[in-house]
Amino acid sequence: MVENRPLLTFLSHLVLLLGVATVAFPVYVAFIASTQGPNSFMSGVIPMLPGPHMLENYSAMLQSGVSTSGAPPLGPMMFNSLIMALTIAIGKIVISILSAFAIVYFRFPFRTLAFWAIFVTLMLPVEVRILPTFKVVADLGLLNSYAGLSIPLIASATATFLFRQFFLTVPDELTEASRVDGATPMMFFRDILLPLSRTNIAALFVILFIYGWNQYLWPLLITTDPKYYTIVMGIKRMADVADSVPQWNLVMTAVVLAMLPPVLVVIFMQRLFVKGLVETEK
Amino acid sequence: MASIQISDVRKTYAGGVEAVKGISIDIQDGELIVLVGPSGCGKSTLLRMVAGLETITGGEVHIGDKLVNKIEPADRDIAMVFQNYALYPHMSVYENLAYGLKNRGTPKAEIAERVAEAAKILEIGDYLDRKPRNLSGGQRQRVAMGRAIVREPAAFLFDEPLSNLDAKLRVQMRGEIKQLQKRLGTTSLYVTHDQLEAMTLADRLVVLNAGLVEQIGTPLEVYRKPASTFVAAFIGSPAMNLLNGKVEGNEIVIGASRLPAGRDLNGHAEVTVGIRPEDFSPAEGSQPGTLKLDVAYVEELGAQRLVHGHIDGQTLVSVMDVDRELGDSIHLVADPAAQHLFDVQTGQRLG
Repeated sequence: MVENRPLLTFLSHLVLLLGVATVAFPVYVAFIASTQGPNSFMSGVIPMLPGPHMLENYSAMLQSGVSTSGAPPLGPMMFNSLIMALTIAIGKIVISILSAFAIVYFRFPFRTLAFWAIFVTLMLPVEVRILPTFKVVADLGLLNSYAGLSIPLIASATATFLFRQFFLTVPDELTEASRVDGATPMMFFRDILLPLSRTNIAALFVILFIYGWNQYLWPLLITTDPKYYTIVMGIKRMADVADSVPQWNLVMTAVVLAMLPPVLVVIFMQRLFVKGLVETEK
Repeated sequence: MASIQISDVRKTYAGGVEAVKGISIDIQDGELIVLVGPSGCGKSTLLRMVAGLETITGGEVHIGDKLVNKIEPADRDIAMVFQNYALYPHMSVYENLAYGLKNRGTPKAEIAERVAEAAKILEIGDYLDRKPRNLSGGQRQRVAMGRAIVREPAAFLFDEPLSNLDAKLRVQMRGEIKQLQKRLGTTSLYVTHDQLEAMTLADRLVVLNAGLVEQIGTPLEVYRKPASTFVAAFIGSPAMNLLNGKVEGNEIVIGASRLPAGRDLNGHAEVTVGIRPEDFSPAEGSQPGTLKLDVAYVEELGAQRLVHGHIDGQTLVSVMDVDRELGDSIHLVADPAAQHLFDVQTGQRLG
């Protein structure tokens, strides 16, 4: 198709640029704020150009944290977030791919019931079932632990459905060929389904990692010990100081640092994505 | 190497649909049997029951002297070639060939040896490292064959393996399959809906219709003595003409034409006459024993032409020389020896 309409090209680029600016500007403001000294915000005007205190702010946050607001150093908090996000992402993928495998490839009693039971959990995100879930986790003694942070968030109907849909597109002949080739069901799963799902797994990992990393309400509820604070709730704590003005430069430093791991995951996994998209296999 | 006995095998699907209604076939060691029939005749179901991919509702399947009804496909000592090849897309050609052997715990050195040998037979040695998606249709077909032969099974099962190829490649691969099967001498069961493929490949043909065997025989037997109007119309291209006529003494009356019956037809008021299009020859004028064909249209095939027309409201096709002048109607004569007679009601061959 030959298109030579300069006005249209200009307009569409304008819209795209505005969109990018809308998303990127707050990130820019956060970054600028993290390079300022503590007094730059007193005037009520947010500076738009980088200040001289970048290294100072970042090393302070990584090493000691904001002691006045009871927040521990960022390093351990980011480590906690990482553990939680990884456990949730990997746990969700493992459980959902196995349950999708069971639902698609096996005929067992109450298969439809199992399917609907998984489906129903879609309607019950953590926020809805938060009190009973808290009660269960508390009774199991899992408050202030990595298990308590991650296990209640692991069950995932969405991922199960995604894998189910994908498995349904795998031709039956592949299953049959592997049966003739002497593969047991678990060998078929390991040797054929798993490699074929690679790109789906990568995509899900990105989404679920960010989902886990950004959890706020749940860690806030079940952690009282600073040893188990995650970064996202930690930021809230820093901004929430009594009787004084929050140290915005330090809060924004924490925000920028908290943004890094998800960004790295996206950048790193994107290569797998694209690779998966280029070699469409089936 | 083994014979296969299929004894009164039945398949009823959940919901009561009977796909295979009692089929018995004895397949000799080293024989290539082709199951042929229109879609829905149960040929693929039968093959899949032999493979163990469908459960057998009734009857028995023996491979060698082993009853295999309850045995897993992997333990039946068979290899299957699928219509869409079913190559593992993420594995290289080598891994595709080796997978079945690996699962059986074959030592690595032996796998390499057998894959190399199969690759040599099928001339796929140059692309053992490629993925299936980087291969052409014909190459994929060879890899699928290779996956079957590395296993050195007792029997090959082919499920319409050539139907995804273009016409030219199909003819070529057909020849290769035939040669390969003769060379390896492995008992084979081959399913197709293409009568030409069936005729050219088979040691013996099994013509299936609606879950039942219509006829079993060598390609020439089936072509020369079709057991029913179904077989007559299915085998041979263009299809055999089937004309209904009244019996009057020793003659069969079709419209204004009278054909000599060539046999005693007492007890039949009507009969179906089958004449292959290539068995007609042109006749001068309306002598006794000729058919007058009202020409409807002509298809040119190059070497010959197909003349389509009507006799007494029934359609008829005749093969003619291209040089011959055609009018609105032509007269045709057929050798009485080339006439096939069938019962009008049952469609079964008479005599």
